[in-house]
Amino acid sequence: MVRCQISPVAPPGALLEANGRGIDFLSLTKEGEHAGKTGRRLYNKPARNACGLYLLALTKEGEPGRNGSGLYLEPTRKKTILSATDPKPLASTVVRDDEAQLVSAAKAGDAAAFEELVNRYERKIFRLGMNITQNREDAEDVMQEAFLKSYKNLDRFQGDSRFYTWLVRIAVNEALMKLRKRRPNQFSLDEPLNEDDDSVFREIQDWGPSPEQKFAQTELNEILNEVIGELDPIFRVVFLLRDVENVSTEETAQILGISVAAVKSRLLRARLKLRQKLNKYFRRSETQ
Amino acid sequence: MNCKKVILELSTYLDGALDATVRIDLEQHLARCTDCRLVVDTTRKTIQIFCNSEPVPLPEDVRNRLHTALLERFRRNSKTT
Repeated sequence: MVRCQISPVAPPGALLEANGRGIDFLSLTKEGEHAGKTGRRLYNKPARNACGLYLLALTKEGEPGRNGSGLYLEPTRKKTILSATDPKPLASTVVRDDEAQLVSAAKAGDAAAFEELVNRYERKIFRLGMNITQNREDAEDVMQEAFLKSYKNLDRFQGDSRFYTWLVRIAVNEALMKLRKRRPNQFSLDEPLNEDDDSVFREIQDWGPSPEQKFAQTELNEILNEVIGELDPIFRVVFLLRDVENVSTEETAQILGISVAAVKSRLLRARLKLRQKLNKYFRRSETQ
Repeated sequence: MNCKKVILELSTYLDGALDATVRIDLEQHLARCTDCRLVVDTTRKTIQIFCNSEPVPLPEDVRNRLHTALLERFRRNSKTT
């Protein structure tokens, strides 16, 4: 029996919805005004994320069960919207619970099962490749290599992590190799970090409530591309994995072969650097 | 809590993962420090803007080449098994 209870932190009228990115959690908006698109996986209690959304955790990989939020669920793939004011059995969840079955079938030689995994993740892997390499041809190579290598080495995948995490690891390695080839003397993930915390306070300005609305979507995309491209790869990759791909801190550490503490430190630096770079575009003008 | 400590805890705070005692301490600081409040607010917006940005589209030709390469691999694989 599938049941869903809304966490006590959820305000009345809040919406509960799949995030639409195939990630194993539900986002709960603060005031029900907008179904959440972002979040973190596997929170063990309701939490508010950096985007101001309340999150509810699901059990890992769609296993039915109860999490710290009192949320019951059962694996299925269909998206559901549930009103917090009218809790009712959750007919379906967002969890791509059949990933493990698809991987098993693909390992047994079922090409269609592997193709389904490709269809599921190709956009995300291409985006990751684009964001890391900042180059379309490199991103295409990264995506192709990631899927071909994962297919070739499927027998080595032990299922210790999600297939997607394993795939991301391969894609990130491919993308980093591209960067190393382009800048062999400048690039290292082990570079020492000599940062000045006080630089944060050199330029502090208010952005207003919705700074991104100052720009048309295309222009905004160009700005975001530019600032992320300016970020040093050691920060860029961590930011992309954590804040764009919603990979956990622990998984990011595994993928990059660095410590959890290093991930946290680099994520902080990345966020602060991006904030500083965006400042010139988003600061509130004197007329506002 | 001072401004430097706020910056150190900023990421954990924005991820909603800060220990309750430290969070209360940090929020008390934010209530009286405009600079830190602006840094927290604009950093949160930075993440939000990237979170909400439109995903890069996967061009059709790029996708076709990927699937052609995969089909070729499947075909070779079926011949060898």
